[in-house]
Amino acid sequence: MSAHYLKPATLAEACEARAAHPDFVLLAGGTDYMVGSHHRPDPPGVIDLFGLEGLGGIEERDGAIRIGAGTTYAQLLRSDLVRERLPALFECAREVGAVQIQERGTLGGNMATSSPVGDTLPVLLALDAQVVLGSVRGEREVPYHGFCTGYRQIDLAPDELIVAVEFPRPPQGLVQFWRKVGTRRAQAISKVMVAASARLDDEGVIAHVRLAMGAVADRPVRLEQTEALLLGKAPSEALADQARDEVRREIVPINDVRSTKDYRLSAAANLAARFVRTLC
Amino acid sequence: MKLELNVNGAAHEVDASPVARLLDVLREQLQLTGTKEGCGEGECGACSVLIDGRAVNSCLVPAAQAQGCAIRTVEDLAQGDALTDLQTALIELGGTQCGICTPGIAITATAVLEEEPAPSRERIRELLAGNLCRCTGYQLIIDAVERVVRERNAK
Repeated sequence: MSAHYLKPATLAEACEARAAHPDFVLLAGGTDYMVGSHHRPDPPGVIDLFGLEGLGGIEERDGAIRIGAGTTYAQLLRSDLVRERLPALFECAREVGAVQIQERGTLGGNMATSSPVGDTLPVLLALDAQVVLGSVRGEREVPYHGFCTGYRQIDLAPDELIVAVEFPRPPQGLVQFWRKVGTRRAQAISKVMVAASARLDDEGVIAHVRLAMGAVADRPVRLEQTEALLLGKAPSEALADQARDEVRREIVPINDVRSTKDYRLSAAANLAARFVRTLC
Repeated sequence: MKLELNVNGAAHEVDASPVARLLDVLREQLQLTGTKEGCGEGECGACSVLIDGRAVNSCLVPAAQAQGCAIRTVEDLAQGDALTDLQTALIELGGTQCGICTPGIAITATAVLEEEPAPSRERIRELLAGNLCRCTGYQLIIDAVERVVRERNAK
């Protein structure tokens, strides 16, 4: 029998559908779900969220930039606000798949799938994103840091939807950094991703720093030990070298089909050092 | 379930799972076999079609999500015997070898030039990075797209 298909017209309807059918598949752009789907039995039902207006929009308000969870990578790339204020997210979106994937894949879908190689996830950590969750019980907001609780696990109740992501407005002078290492720039699934941000104070000392990585653990991670090493110091070649060493102590990547533990360690450590050098 | 699809300007009703691949509905139910299946996982772009003017991988689009949209396949590019300038350039410059990737290339290039009419050679490469050619005829494909950009902008 064919799967039930629900296409809510509003966010409220979507929340009601989710509350009534926690066993249905929540479908955004389908770029992850559809891979291999024709070899699997149909799910009991589908709640189709793609294009839902209540999950769209990119706007600046109350000191934050709010991006609807249904926003596609292509929409991020067409947004002046994202390009100007969230360059790390812009560069990241540009390297997700290629144009065809960018037209369908969504920010919320990336978070919901929560793969350790989800490209945008380290960017959310590096920019202190908040996640807005909605259900028939109301909305709640949680820091993205901690939202991913394990391998492909997120802190989402069975009746909840990811509604939006909010980025605190980046302060003047915040340096944003994004680098992805893969076999090829387009399409390739990442071997390592590094997203980071930092701000220097008037004395040239690092007053704020976030260093986040993907594909080096069972979930996207912030390297808080390395952040602590950098905080309060003036960026220099020597500090870049110390950061490189600290990263090697802090993460424990694995060998898998895409890369090796050793390669990931070297790439991650070198990218952290490069990030520190961009601050010099 | 019954799905209503608008393909190449014509309305069709098909019976398919909501999560059937648009690719399969086009090829097997509507007999539009110009759209090819390459990898089936969104890597190669051979199955590219236009949805509301944007290039997407039809192997990753659930058929139900294509309802209410204008779907265009490679069959709809030429009007009768009149090829588009891009199709002509692909033929004349040899931007096609075995032909499996060609429908996807033609579709994707059509969409990206609509949005960005004057890309550089480097930018063309980036815009077509989701279309793999295993004959590795990339230079000639890029040459063809570049010629179209040059010709259109000269007008």
